Amino acid sequence: MEREPVFTREMRSTHTILAPNMAPIQFALLRDVLETEGYSVELLTNEGPQVVEKGLKHVHNDTCYPALLVIGQMIDALDSGKYDLDRTALAITQTGGGCRASNYIHLLKKALINAGYSGIPVVSLNLKGMDKNSGFSITYSMLRKGVAALVYGDTLMLLKHQCQVYEIHPGETVRKVSKWMSHMKKQFMKGRGFRIKTMRRNIRAMVKDFEAIEKDYERPVVKVGIVGEIYMKYSSLGNNHLEDFLLSQSCEIMIPGIMGFLLYGIENQIIDVNLYGGSIARKLIMTTIRNFLTRLEGIVIEEVSKIERFTPPIPFKESVKSAEQTISLSCKMGEGWLLTGEMKDLSHAGFNNIICAQPFGCLPNHIAGKGMMKALKDEDPNINIVPIDYDPGATRVNQENRIKLMLAIANEQRIERVLRQKKRKQ
Amino acid sequence: MTIGLDIGSTTIKCVVIDEHNQIVYTTYERHYSQIAEKAAELLTFLHKEILGSSHASIMISGSAGMGLADRLSIPFIQEVYATRVATKTLVPDCDVVIELGGEDAKILFFNQGLEVRMNGSCAGGTGAFIDQMASLLNIPIEQFDDLARQAQRTYTIASRCGVFAKSDIQPLLNQGAHKADIASSILQAVVNQTITGLAQGRPITGNAVYLGGPLTFMSSLRHHFDVTLNLKGTCPQNSLLFVAMGAALCATGEMDLTTVVEGLRKEKVFDGVSYLEPLFRDQQEWDDFSARHAQNTVESIPYNPARPVSYLGIDAGSTTIKVVLLNDKNQIIFSHYTNNEGSPTQVILDTLKRIYEQFPGIEIQGSAVTGYGEHLIEHAFSVDYGIVETVAHLTAAQYFCPEVDFVIDIGGQDIKCFRIRNGSVDSIYLNEACSSGCGSFLQTFASSLSTDIEQFSKEGLFASYPVDLGSRCTVFMNSSVKQAQKEGIGRPDISAGLAISVVKNALYKVIRTTSTEALGKKIVVQGGTFHNDAVLRAFERELGREVIRPTISGLMGAYGAALYASHRHLEKSTILSYTELESFSHIVKHITCNLCTNACRLTVNTFASGEKYISGNRCSRPLKGIQGKKDLNLVAWKLDQLRKLNLFDTSKVDKRTIGIPLGLNNYELIYFWKPFFDTFNLQILLSPLSTRSLYLSGQASVTSDTLCFPAKLMHGHIQSLLDAGVSRIFYPVMSYNIDDHQSDNRFNCPVVAYYPETLNASMDELKEIDFIRSPIDLERIRKYPKKMLRELKKFFPDMTLPLFREAVQAGWSGYNEYRESLIDAGRNVIREAQEDNKQLIILAGRPYHSDPEVLHGIDTLLTGLGCAVITEDALPISSERIDTKVLNQWTYHARLYNAAKIAGENDSMALVQLVSFGCGVDAITTDEIRQMLESKGKMYTQLKIDEITNLGAVTIRIRSLLSALKEERTHHGT
Repeated sequence: MEREPVFTREMRSTHTILAPNMAPIQFALLRDVLETEGYSVELLTNEGPQVVEKGLKHVHNDTCYPALLVIGQMIDALDSGKYDLDRTALAITQTGGGCRASNYIHLLKKALINAGYSGIPVVSLNLKGMDKNSGFSITYSMLRKGVAALVYGDTLMLLKHQCQVYEIHPGETVRKVSKWMSHMKKQFMKGRGFRIKTMRRNIRAMVKDFEAIEKDYERPVVKVGIVGEIYMKYSSLGNNHLEDFLLSQSCEIMIPGIMGFLLYGIENQIIDVNLYGGSIARKLIMTTIRNFLTRLEGIVIEEVSKIERFTPPIPFKESVKSAEQTISLSCKMGEGWLLTGEMKDLSHAGFNNIICAQPFGCLPNHIAGKGMMKALKDEDPNINIVPIDYDPGATRVNQENRIKLMLAIANEQRIERVLRQKKRKQ
Repeated sequence: MTIGLDIGSTTIKCVVIDEHNQIVYTTYERHYSQIAEKAAELLTFLHKEILGSSHASIMISGSAGMGLADRLSIPFIQEVYATRVATKTLVPDCDVVIELGGEDAKILFFNQGLEVRMNGSCAGGTGAFIDQMASLLNIPIEQFDDLARQAQRTYTIASRCGVFAKSDIQPLLNQGAHKADIASSILQAVVNQTITGLAQGRPITGNAVYLGGPLTFMSSLRHHFDVTLNLKGTCPQNSLLFVAMGAALCATGEMDLTTVVEGLRKEKVFDGVSYLEPLFRDQQEWDDFSARHAQNTVESIPYNPARPVSYLGIDAGSTTIKVVLLNDKNQIIFSHYTNNEGSPTQVILDTLKRIYEQFPGIEIQGSAVTGYGEHLIEHAFSVDYGIVETVAHLTAAQYFCPEVDFVIDIGGQDIKCFRIRNGSVDSIYLNEACSSGCGSFLQTFASSLSTDIEQFSKEGLFASYPVDLGSRCTVFMNSSVKQAQKEGIGRPDISAGLAISVVKNALYKVIRTTSTEALGKKIVVQGGTFHNDAVLRAFERELGREVIRPTISGLMGAYGAALYASHRHLEKSTILSYTELESFSHIVKHITCNLCTNACRLTVNTFASGEKYISGNRCSRPLKGIQGKKDLNLVAWKLDQLRKLNLFDTSKVDKRTIGIPLGLNNYELIYFWKPFFDTFNLQILLSPLSTRSLYLSGQASVTSDTLCFPAKLMHGHIQSLLDAGVSRIFYPVMSYNIDDHQSDNRFNCPVVAYYPETLNASMDELKEIDFIRSPIDLERIRKYPKKMLRELKKFFPDMTLPLFREAVQAGWSGYNEYRESLIDAGRNVIREAQEDNKQLIILAGRPYHSDPEVLHGIDTLLTGLGCAVITEDALPISSERIDTKVLNQWTYHARLYNAAKIAGENDSMALVQLVSFGCGVDAITTDEIRQMLESKGKMYTQLKIDEITNLGAVTIRIRSLLSALKEERTHHGT
């Protein structure tokens, strides 16, 4: 068999790396960070039925939908003729847990061979040192900057969701998001925006800027939280533009940030040692990293909390605590206990109407999502969760119909609440 | 006045109420996809005849009404919510609503806070499903209810998905079961589906209200619900109109109906739908196409009494019977293609009589039968040969194209494809339950769009904009069609779209080809569905290659069987003569087999000749009494070992007893836990080996309908432990498995790892006892015993560290001993198989696939066919690393790769992989194992297993495998 193409050091200057666009804001900022490190990265935005079709053609159909989509999208991009195939590489994330998602990269490589692109190098984005002999290496500086980009990205997403549905001048929020994204890119290119002090300054300015958007808080708005499998909850390609749909239904959305998932991965390594034993040194390193990240998280919480109308992100520690009461923290595959924790947190924060988005037949979600619904409902009768399955055969009309039911109940609850408040006032 | 409109997938319902919420007018009609038109008609009528005014409040509801309402800015209300509003008004004391509609199933819980459940994207058991089943049974839907009421017994019919149920019912029909019993069993399956699929752990109690068509029209369906739920539900007046009523009750504000009607008339906006290329661009293309396919024909000539020698082939398919009579030159002198009308013996009896009458003096020199009904027909009419379908089809295909590389057969119920290598069947692809969607499915759509299949497919041929419907199972396809209808797409475009979907489904879902070239150069297509020119055209288009469709494509199985019979050169066929046919009789009796604890329900067919044919058995015992010679069956050995542990006695349960559910990883780890707890003098109660009733006892708390069956069974096991009165259940969470040292990590799959958590969250009774599910890593407890001890001390305060270490030691030696004895037993099977010259089959799955309820007797089926059976965990662990292209990080799955490697290196072994439906990790292993085997020139056979007990498909695969292996041996001269 042919030898697998490797992404060499030299390719950094010659090749464009195509990467999936899971979360538009966060991933764009991460791309900017990679550019500061000398890589040229493009986030794929091609959509359409041919993406799914190519995925179905080249990936085992029972594999999770995200893998099918991401790989279909990549092959569709390569097919498009837009890219010089001798100067193109692909990047895909690899989590390395007990979930089958760890196999995405292998599925991608298989699919590339099938589709006749065996010469395209694939870069593995992982934090576990898999695929070591690649010319793409994740350095300390890259990590440090990447974390900052995530914090900014999560914050912008949060602010966007909290303003958009209330804005009086349509389009203002989106314009501010783009403004801030290009602003951050400029800072990054100058090597700025990564120190804690500047981060606080930037975030403070962001919050203020979004607060300045003229809003109508009297609108009848339903608060909806989105949780689920990580790709499905953020990616519009995956979830059939769920955010746009909710916005059209007058919903204020809250999606827990990507930082939570990162922290979850780190926390799991600490938990693993606590539960079963293992290297104390490793535990200490992980604890240090966690503490650093929660400090960054703290900045955002602090700054957002200054505006009464804004809902700050839920501290990660809270998520751990709320998850623990319902599910064992040893459930660490896929989104694991974090998924359960996030649903509870959202409900506590007033977003008790929840969409749990998952690929059809997602194994970890059987446990931490659907498996916990009864327990969550027992604990909190007002929680209004709708699990939505996504797969190539599921139609948008069915998904939206189910969401509409959830919204109808939410609206009823909202009206009851308003009536109760009125009564109290009288 | 207020108007509520409920626009569903097939019907439009309307309720008009006055200001006192009194019903003024109601109507209910089918819309045949002409939604906007019908709605406009209806509103105009209301305006003119009922309201007398053009102003009224109006509210739309229903899945097909959503888009319409959006575009015309008419207020819309979600249909479940509408039901709830109506129920609250009309039946205020209702606790729970069960509503079955055309394609939806819903449960609404009113007590303890509102909760609504709708059927997921993978769920049958609805009105459309009952319709489909009625047409399968060939009885008008109106009689279904009456028939079901006459039932004497209930068969087990898979309840998860309509497609599964179908494959359960077909063999029952072919085996001659009574239609009344089947009808009743179908309704019971609908009930089970509703309860598992929707209630998901929430008990249905109190005042139940039944809504929707099926529950309104079928009293026996209501009865089945009443009995199963142990309550007495009611079906209120206007039970079909609750959604429309709810919509009317919610309507506010007034609209001008004339504007709405105007808007509706303009409705022709298509969005959200993608279109495909037309099948034929012009007449010329069509002419060329039909001329080319007309060439592949078999000569049909009239019977010549001077040459009376002939050969008979019968294909007793799942829905149809095909009979072909050949002369000695392989020319067809008679052929017959008919629906089996649920009674294949009668149809064949008539056909044979006709042959004898029509062709006096005929000498049938050989006969063969194939298809689902093979055994029944073989016995009933003394047919010379019963051959497996793949062999029949191959024989026929080779007649048309001796170098054929690939045969694809799309029939009414199934898709069968196989690759041919060196003239014998190599890889077989059958549509497993979920990827179904073939011939009868087109037929169902044709009739639901009120036309017949011929007309329907003709319309599709020249459709200009075939709609893209995706490629998945029937249930999904239903909603795609619903979407298309919602967008107002016409029948021809839907027909062409469906034809393309069938093809894509076959190619990408069943065969899972990654490139269309992979099928080979010479492809023969056949089966009734390829009669449909739209399907044939779509197939050639998708493949980018011309294929051969014999003109007798629907008769290929029968033709192949006849050829097979003629190749055997018999002197005279044993088939019943005309006089014997005249006295033919067929009596069906149902008995329960008492030869083992399985208690199979047997169908005994007795024929006039005294010949008996028994079906429904899971092993060969009822056929030949208690077995003589010992079978080489490692699965049986494993079950014996479990019995020998002697942990099943519920009479000894006391306060200290620890219950352990026998399922998933406990199939192996019990050998650790027994000596472990023995050290503390703690007695274990193991839940019994699974049975159907054990599964049903826990069914109600299953939280996800797409979970693998072995996991679903755990609910029943826990229930049985609770019923036995244990006060402690031990079932630890285990992210990590045992380290076999042949994979990069030693994970369990997420379901095996965390199922205790799901059980804990979904079974209330577990809260009343100690459910010990501490996370444990057995590899690390040796080095870090205190971690686990700390966890266990919460439940066993007097456990001490020294004793704990001793227990761990004992656990490990018990476990290691078991694994060693298992591998020893495996060696014995391998050796004895070689001595007895038996084909050795590695059943490669998971340890818990030995569960009799999971395996469905596949092991005994294999031994019944003369094979020796060994399992993946009984093979010696390879010392070398196995080079896989995918991440090899799950212990159980690594054993599969090990098994594939060993099978690849040993000529005498064949591997059959067992895959649970819904298993996500096996989506990865199956491809890898196929590749590993095929690179060594071995056949890959996969069996998907689930709740279903139908062994028909399994038998086809295994018999094809065995016949190919036999062929291979004769080729090699061994």
